[in-house]
Order: sequence, then C-alpha cells, then structure tokens
Amino acid sequence: MIRKVLKIVATYSLLIGLGLFMLAPFAWMVLVSLQETKTAIPTLDKLVPETVHWENFATVLFMPELPVFRFFLNSVFIAIVVVLGQLFVSSLAAYGFSRLKFKGRDALFTAFLLSMMFGGTVTQIPVFLMVRSFGWLDSYVALIVPGLSSAFSIFLLRQFFAQIPNELSEAARIDGASEFRIYWSVVMPLSKAALATASAFSFFAVWTDFFWPLLATSFVQMRTLEVGLSVFKNSYGSTNWPMQMAAALIVMIPCVVVFLATQRYFVKGVTLGGLK
Amino acid sequence: MRGKVGWFFVAPATAHLLLFALVPIGYALWLSFHDWNLLKDSRPFVGLQNYSETLADSNFWNAMWNSARYAITGVPLGMIVALAVALLVNQKIRGMAVFRTLFYLPAISSGVAISMLWIYVFLPESGLINSIVKVFGFEGKTDFLNEVPFAMWALVFMSIWTGLGPRMVLFLAGLVVIDPSLYEAAELDGTSRWRSFWRITLPMLTPTTLFVLVTSTISAFQVFTPIYMMTKGGPMDSTDVVGYHIYNEAWRRFHVGSASAQSFLLLLAILVVAIIQYRLMKSRMEDAAA
Repeated sequence: MIRKVLKIVATYSLLIGLGLFMLAPFAWMVLVSLQETKTAIPTLDKLVPETVHWENFATVLFMPELPVFRFFLNSVFIAIVVVLGQLFVSSLAAYGFSRLKFKGRDALFTAFLLSMMFGGTVTQIPVFLMVRSFGWLDSYVALIVPGLSSAFSIFLLRQFFAQIPNELSEAARIDGASEFRIYWSVVMPLSKAALATASAFSFFAVWTDFFWPLLATSFVQMRTLEVGLSVFKNSYGSTNWPMQMAAALIVMIPCVVVFLATQRYFVKGVTLGGLK
Repeated sequence: MRGKVGWFFVAPATAHLLLFALVPIGYALWLSFHDWNLLKDSRPFVGLQNYSETLADSNFWNAMWNSARYAITGVPLGMIVALAVALLVNQKIRGMAVFRTLFYLPAISSGVAISMLWIYVFLPESGLINSIVKVFGFEGKTDFLNEVPFAMWALVFMSIWTGLGPRMVLFLAGLVVIDPSLYEAAELDGTSRWRSFWRITLPMLTPTTLFVLVTSTISAFQVFTPIYMMTKGGPMDSTDVVGYHIYNEAWRRFHVGSASAQSFLLLLAILVVAIIQYRLMKSRMEDAAA
C-alpha cells in the first residue's frame, strides 16, 4: 500500500516537473505580453504585471506601420480554403486507395508516400519557379493551390476508411447507389473523427507554414500571419518584448483553440498516421 | 467498371502530385545540370559542374556536418526523453490526459512564435536560463545563441522540447498494443522491471522506434525556421545547417542551379541514412524474433 502511494506521488511529481518545463516558456510569454510596452525585459520576480495591459493585443493588430490585422485575415482565408479543399481532394483519394481496386493503385500510393517523406527537400526551388511562371506570385492562388492535396491527409484518412466494414458499402451498392454516393453518404459520415483529425493537422500545417509563404509573397499586403510575425520581429519589435510576445500569441492562439477542440481525436489520429 | 471509378477518385490528388511533386523533381534535376542565376537570362548547360563544385565547397560540407551534428545529437536525445515520458504517461491515473495535451502543445505552435520565445530563453543576463543560473550564484552572462559551442546545443535542446509531443504519442501508441500477458509472465518468473523493459518493451517497440527515428531524422535534416529566426547560421557558420545553406544559395545568391544540385545531394544523404537505419533496425527485429 505504502509503495503504491509512493509510486503515485513520484509519478505526479515527475509529471508536474515536466509540465512546468513544457509550460514555463508559454507562461512567460503570456505574462510578458501583458506588461507595459517598452519596458526592459522583466526579471523573474517582477514577471506578474502590476497592471494588466490587454490593449497590447489591439496595439499589435492595428499598428500603423504594419497591417497585422490584414495578415490575420489572409491567414484565416487561406486556412479555411486549404483545409476544406484538402479535406475533399484527400478524402476522395483516400476512398479510392482504401475501398476500390484499380490497376496501378499500390504503385501510385507508394508514390504519394515517397513524396511525403522525401519530396520536400528538392521541390521548393522548382515549385517556386513554376508558380512564378504561372504569374501566381503574391496572390492567394499561390498560397492556396499547393496545399489543396496532402499525402499525409490521404494516408491518415485511408487508414480510417479501411476500417469501415465493407458490408455497408455492399448494401448501398445493391440498392443502386453510385460509388460517389457511397463515399459521400456512407463513408464520410462515419468518419467524422478522422476528418476532424485530418482537418486539425492541415490547419496547423497551413497556419504555421513559414517557408512557402515567405518565398511566394513579397508584397506586404499578401503576407500571412506567420511570415508577418517574422517581419514584425525583425523590423518593429526586436527589443519591445511585450509587443513581441503579444504578436506571437496572436499567431498561436488560433492553433491552441483548434488543438483543444480536436485533441480528443488526436492520439488515435497520430497513431493511425504513424504506423502500418 | 470499378477499375475506372477508382482512377476517378484519385485523379484530383494525382494531378496535384504530378504538378507539385513529380514534375518539380524532374525540373529540379534539369536545373541541377544548368548554371542559372535568377537575375540573368542565360542558363547554360554545365553537366555535372554544379555537383562537382558543391562537393569541393568546404562551406557545403560544413553545412552537411552541422546538420549531421544536429540530427545525431537531437534525434536520439529527443527520442530517449519522449520514450521516458511515454512510459510515464502510460499509467492509468487521474489527470493524465491534461499532461498529454500539455506536452503536445509546442508541436502545434507556430515555429516563428516558438523561436521568438526561445530567443528570450537563451538571452544573456535577462534570459530565462541565465536568470535561473544566477539564483545559484553563477554569473549568468553566457550568450547561448552567439557563442560557438553553445548555439548548436541551444537549438538541439529546443528541438527536444518541440519534438516531444508527437514522438511521445507515437511511443504511447506502440506501448498500448504490447500484450500485457508478456509482462505478467515475466513477473511470475521474477524478472525485474528494468530487465523486462530491455527484454520486452524495447524489442516490442522496434517498429515504432524505427518509424520515429526515420521521420525525426528526415525532419532534423530539413530544419529551417529556428535557424532563420534565431541564429541566421551563426556564430561563425556553426549553425549553418544544410536546409538554411540551400535557402541562401537559392534566394540570397540566386544560384538556383547549384542550389538544386545541393538539394539532390541532401536528398541522397537522407536516403542513405534512412536506409541504414531501416537495415539496422530490421536486423535487430529479426534477432528479437529469433
């Protein structure tokens, strides 16, 4: 009995220590973002602000030097279109790969997997040159179209779709339902958890993507929030820590909200995405 | 009939794969055989010159070495920490879900925001680490991101923190499927916990470990955002990793031909490392099965 209690105490102490290690930087971020601007970095004992400066967030969003609110709108628009588009394109493909047989299916699926694992290193330069020659630079098209399909989402959804019993599709087929109808009315409604997971992953990927929007945009009005944050840091806030941290939180909070809303599906999603 | 329908379903994704992965790979290969400065119109065919020049360039090898150091230190350390944490949270006690969520948080956060945060952590004098060190009576003046041995270690340390969540979840998934009767049998035989970790847990986790190892290594070789935000490759090129090196070659010097050649050499390096890792783990798996 005593050993059991000791074990639980030890486990919790370790967990809390580790939790502090993981959380401390975030806590610092929030506390500093609420300090008065243009103060020197607060020492640890003065971290809790005397007066809470919520207005820092509005100051960052609507600062005259940089259209941060526009960055925010850009990111929201791009994220919505990419998440929905990617969900549709990827779920169609996942349906084809998991529930239909056709010639060349496995070879094609392998091509998707290899592109996911190894493609990124060599494609950035040619994709940029292609997008440039299409005349897409500094447009929403450039920021959206490359994200409309994702091998990772296909892979993830395929794992889920493969677990749905075939009898359901067979029954619908006997009733004369088209294959698209089976996909849309049988398989998709049964895969809500999978679709939530895939949407969350594609949201994080597009919201926090840095490299591609950095290359594909140079016009300040077309920047996304993630790239805008680096511009902000390098030109306007490099020593103003409260403003910097307020800006960083503006970028992070939407991710945290989406994460908390979908995280109960997450363990399963990561697992299926990772193995087999 | 169903054969054709299948193609219809995968057609949009396949068109996308062609346009944004397969055609670009071919284009990159073409680029790597040409000398093209983006600011000029001429792009003469130069054969293997971009490759031979890259292989003779000590800056490129420095970048490769930096990436290798980053991966060789950060990946195993990150995996050991993640496995330890997975074992810790793989217990049925109250509030575990909260901790799992907490540990995952850095992984979904913006890379730029995280980098800004860690710039603070590593600052001299007022940074988090130096502030804590001062409490114990040290001077606390180390400028971690601007001093040679420290900058790379600072980035490695940060990567352990950001990578913890996904690795932990993958290990957790591997732990959950291990047959509990194996442990019960070991316990009946009087095997110690420590021994059954080495004899049961680790061998049974081999597929998971392999997957985590390969994917972590690939992403370690591609790290970009923290370098761009925190060190710009410095001090003295000690954190000029190959992903950042290629970025500068292509987008600062506009040498897209040689940058493409470098990206293929990086791809080759990643493939070789992944294959070696796969072989090693596979033979371990066969040993365990035998």
